[in-house]
Amino acid sequence: MSNPNNVNQISRIFADQKAFIAFLTAGDPSLQKTEEFILAMAAAGADLIEIGIPFSDPIAEGPVIEAANERALRAATTTDKIFAMVGRIREKTAIPLVFLTYMNPIFVYGGERFFATCEEVGINGVIIPDLPYEEKGEIRELAGGHGLDVITLIAPTSQDRIQMLARDATGFIYLVSSMGVTGVRSEIKTDLAAIVDDIRQVSKTPVAVGFGIATPEQATAISKLADGVIVGSAIVRIIAEHGAAATPILSDYVRTMKAALV
Amino acid sequence: MSKGKYGIHGGQYTPETLMNAIIEVEKAYEHYKNDPAFQAELTELLNDYAGRPSRLYYAKKMTADLGGAKIYLKREDLNHTGSHKINNVLGQALLAKKMGKTRLIAETGAGQHGVATATAAALMGFECEIFMGKEDTDRQALNVFRMRLLGATVHVVTSGTMTLKDAVNETFREWTTRVDDTHYVLGSVMGPHPFPEMVRDFQSVISREAREQILAKEGKLPDAVIACVGGGSNAMGAFYNFIPDEYVRLIGCEAAGKGVETEEHAATIARGSLGIFHGMKSYFCQDEYGQIAPVYSISAGLDYPGIGPEHAHLHDTKRAEYVPITDDEAVAAFEYLSRTEGIIPAIESAHAIAYAMVLAPTMTKDQIIIVNVSGRGDKDVAAIARYKGEDIHE
Ligand SMILES: Cc1ncc(COP(=O)(O)O)c(C=O)c1O
Repeated sequence: MSNPNNVNQISRIFADQKAFIAFLTAGDPSLQKTEEFILAMAAAGADLIEIGIPFSDPIAEGPVIEAANERALRAATTTDKIFAMVGRIREKTAIPLVFLTYMNPIFVYGGERFFATCEEVGINGVIIPDLPYEEKGEIRELAGGHGLDVITLIAPTSQDRIQMLARDATGFIYLVSSMGVTGVRSEIKTDLAAIVDDIRQVSKTPVAVGFGIATPEQATAISKLADGVIVGSAIVRIIAEHGAAATPILSDYVRTMKAALV
Repeated sequence: MSKGKYGIHGGQYTPETLMNAIIEVEKAYEHYKNDPAFQAELTELLNDYAGRPSRLYYAKKMTADLGGAKIYLKREDLNHTGSHKINNVLGQALLAKKMGKTRLIAETGAGQHGVATATAAALMGFECEIFMGKEDTDRQALNVFRMRLLGATVHVVTSGTMTLKDAVNETFREWTTRVDDTHYVLGSVMGPHPFPEMVRDFQSVISREAREQILAKEGKLPDAVIACVGGGSNAMGAFYNFIPDEYVRLIGCEAAGKGVETEEHAATIARGSLGIFHGMKSYFCQDEYGQIAPVYSISAGLDYPGIGPEHAHLHDTKRAEYVPITDDEAVAAFEYLSRTEGIIPAIESAHAIAYAMVLAPTMTKDQIIIVNVSGRGDKDVAAIARYKGEDIHE
């Protein structure tokens, strides 16, 4: 089981407000810039940052984040260098930090070594898109032993699985807004309210919705039915467009999005 | 609980968005694999449409020339569409029909699996979309046109290394976007459970026939069975019914490209390490941080950085052996079989021929080798000409 103090770390951000969760890919365009972006987004009101450890084959990502993974790897970003960056960030901010990466980078690094290092540098949880409930056993104990939550993903197609998944969740539940890969969407058709209801019946774990959210209007709408809003592709796109000069634009964007939550 | 394990390998490492679709395939397959009506329908398709059983041909000239073991060729190249891929595709397409799906999607490397899928889609009335890396649409242009002729849409994949692994990524992404009416016809014994088991079962017709055929011709089992290994479907099919016969050596030939000592190869067993990718735990070519390595082979069908989980287990338990074969050796075997037996093999299959050429002379004349000729080489002729420095246009 997860260390209760740590569960509080992540859950606490949902305690008296709707949370804004920002995703970016580490090393795009450089780790030095990633550090700067994270600190700027934290200062602008983000409540939690998801840091993507780039992977050569991110099968759950759409073109925007996939391209960021490729740029980061071309810039020679490695898991070890990302750990070092997190260590530096932790000296400056207490904002909860969660890694998002695929099973292979964790498995090959060595599960125990990976999570021990996460604990050491101050990572609070992990999101692993290619780790379904059925395979979670392999990771849960290792991560929990180091006080990390393994964030549960629930999809529009989860249907009969929703309650089984929700019962098992710690930290927060990542509700995938629509089918497909990550990427900005103009319209979200899933009946999110119904899924949130199903979840609430069995779990008190906060629910944050992600995939496809980009505009303040979407953020307002989603925040009415969930505890938090996750934005990835829209942020990564700002970084792709503005590169090293993205910091002030990211700050403005995060401030606007956070203000849109109700 | 983790399912579809082969020793430590296998499993279902797949996004939650796809889990229900995969469970649906798993349930349907569990049901229909034991349904005599389904099996009868499949057998009829395999026989009357695809031309099974495939011949087991005694390669007399090759045997005499190499001067050792008797060599038999299992002629999967004679199947309709020109390779073993049709065995699996007809099985999965029939299953998809029973599941009420109306659209098939698939990845392809050499284009053979794409052609087989497009063919089954035409036959059974499915919409069909094929994903193929740009590198491969360039070197297998003929197959791209064949797929279009059959009514499929071919998507050229330009992400990553633009080869088979990227085509698999893109097909998974497409499936995530549209699961309701779509079945992903995975082309090899890889991916999340139930694919490795289901594809192996559909391909095991190869060794079921070969076992009977060799017993009828020789009154005994072979000493060795040789097949090329990309993801590993033709090899799994050729090995499967011989696994209990422990004295039959099972030998898989991996693509060594420019050599296993170089960085330009696709030799997963020789150079890979344990990882989790494309839905399965198995061996992969990768770096110390678990980034999947760019791989290389002259053969688009073997140009894949992983291997199916059952092969990984056969390797761990030493029931099967895996040997690397270079581009040069494969091209030499391609030409050798063409000249010696009048059979132009697929460049993939030529990797298996190449090892038979090494092994046969070390064996005695009363010993027997079966080589699986997984496909025919028409699709490769232009690429081989280019490899030899001749610029012919398709
Ligand atoms: C003729 C032929 N043989 C072999 C392969 C490799 O696939 P597998 O290892 O799954 O048999 C391919 C793949 O495209 C092929 O076309």
